[in-house]
Amino acid sequence: MLGYLVRRVAWLLGSLFVAGSAVFFLLRVLPGDPAVTLLAVGSSPDQLAAVRHRLGTDRPLLVQYGHWFGDLLAGNLGASLFTRTPVLDQIAGRLPVTVPLALSAFVLSLLVAVPIGVFAAVRRHGALGLAVSTLAQLGIALPVFWVGIVVVWLVAVRWRVLPPGGFPRTGWQDPAAAVQSLVLPVATLTIAQGSVLVRYVRSATLDVLSQEYVRTARSLGYSLPRALLRHGPRNGAATVVQILGILLASSLLGTVVIESVFALPGLGSLLLTSVKARDLPVVQGTVFAMTATVLVVGLVVDVVQRLVDPRLRGQA
Amino acid sequence: MSTPLIDTVDAVETVDAPARRRGARSPSLIVGSVLLLVIVALAVVSLVWTPYPLDHTDPAARLAGPSAPHWAGTDRLGRDQFTQLMLGARTAVWIGLSSVAVAFVIGVPLGLLAAAAGRFVENAVIGVIDIVIAFPTLLLAMLLVTVYGASTAVAISAIGIGVSAEVARLTRISASRVFTQDYVLAARTCGTGPLMILVRHVLPNIWHTLLVQATLAFGVAVIAEASLSYLGLGTPPPAPSWGRMLQEAQSTVAVAPWNVLLPGLAVAVAVIGVNLLGDGLREVLDPQLRTRRRATGR
Repeated sequence: MLGYLVRRVAWLLGSLFVAGSAVFFLLRVLPGDPAVTLLAVGSSPDQLAAVRHRLGTDRPLLVQYGHWFGDLLAGNLGASLFTRTPVLDQIAGRLPVTVPLALSAFVLSLLVAVPIGVFAAVRRHGALGLAVSTLAQLGIALPVFWVGIVVVWLVAVRWRVLPPGGFPRTGWQDPAAAVQSLVLPVATLTIAQGSVLVRYVRSATLDVLSQEYVRTARSLGYSLPRALLRHGPRNGAATVVQILGILLASSLLGTVVIESVFALPGLGSLLLTSVKARDLPVVQGTVFAMTATVLVVGLVVDVVQRLVDPRLRGQA
Repeated sequence: MSTPLIDTVDAVETVDAPARRRGARSPSLIVGSVLLLVIVALAVVSLVWTPYPLDHTDPAARLAGPSAPHWAGTDRLGRDQFTQLMLGARTAVWIGLSSVAVAFVIGVPLGLLAAAAGRFVENAVIGVIDIVIAFPTLLLAMLLVTVYGASTAVAISAIGIGVSAEVARLTRISASRVFTQDYVLAARTCGTGPLMILVRHVLPNIWHTLLVQATLAFGVAVIAEASLSYLGLGTPPPAPSWGRMLQEAQSTVAVAPWNVLLPGLAVAVAVIGVNLLGDGLREVLDPQLRTRRRATGR
């Protein structure tokens, strides 16, 4: 197990390095010159050269790459081209919106979707079970921002119960207002993630239901719920952990679109505005941070899967 | 992917004729085909006819509801929404098909290479696939937009590359399964070259899996295109897109809710249609999979 852990962490570091380098070089083939974008039209060549020097873009690509990599190891993701704020500070400033949003949607989808998915599998031939599966299918096919717009229209515009978007300027100093402004985004993300989760849980449960140990348990006189409770968790645990990992990663990424629908100042909207402004260091840092989170979640998933399911340990 | 290939299919996975007939009555196949046909028909008809020219505005009827002259109402500039829905269908079908093509042109050879070559190459390819899968399509699209600006080509490349990882993964897994079969060993013993084994044995045994994957990928691409356009990173104006229609309609939802409902419905019809079609094809092409869940994992 320890050997596996070491190999897996080495693999993670390798992936981070490859992903980070890919992002770096992808962004450096930029056809424009950031210095030209930054300065007013008609700036003198000296001014241009000064800005290029400040940005470091006058140096050879490999030197820039070396600097970027060294900075990364030191925990420095660079600074915004326009505001000169360190990227790391900008990311940190957005987390109070994005982390509660992603985590609450993650937890809520679990609480809602797991019972529904099991129900849909057990009652797969019943009318209610079919209705649930169909609804989940619909939830997957509808774009998440569409769900968001409809939710805003119903709850905020027609019923005027909650704010349609935005986040209090003072942040969490006014907890009630902050929570209020997150209710609809979390609900929207939960509908979208929950639909996907219902399908996963349903097919995972169907898998367990068709296993011989369930039939054996039933022939021994266990009721179906008892047979599932007795054997389901241990056998399905690895699948469940994998699903949790996918769900957590997609909750994080889902915030990019959700924050745009609800005008929330989170990580996703930071990325979107910097993409539109072509603020390279911010795009690079944010994308790297998000990819790193996804990769770390993947590592945790793999390790926990091995802990809960001994059958996986034999495999390479 | 033509019928003669079926003759070479190994006995275990043979598509038997009765199963075909059963499948022809598969409700998912029929409903899925009909839904998808509606969208494709809108797209094809838009090539020769739309109710109005795209830039035709009717200032007297801004944000009007559905009526005889404007079947789906008008937007805040008085442009006909049905025209935009039709042209949006064209964008969706075009980007969907091209992204799937990109995904398969990259993914299938990569997956086959991984399955056919030695362990070293296979591990390298698996590594690349894992990283691309961990690297979400949306982020890739955002990176490419930062570099090249928003365009149809960027959307197609980003979606295509994002989906190709899943295609490569599936191709590798299915092809590896075929490579362990005795008849492949027999063919090798007879001196059949690797390319011939791929053509004669591997492709005929995995194409139905890939076809089903292609339908799913099309659905993913349609949603991804809509999301990118909604965020302002997809096909740039004036080319209409369901995603941008939704983005524009969001601010006027209080007075014109139907402008939000219809493009969302269009996306849903396209995606549900293609997913049902995929389910139906799976039933028709591989009866075994009806009972055994597809081992795609994620």
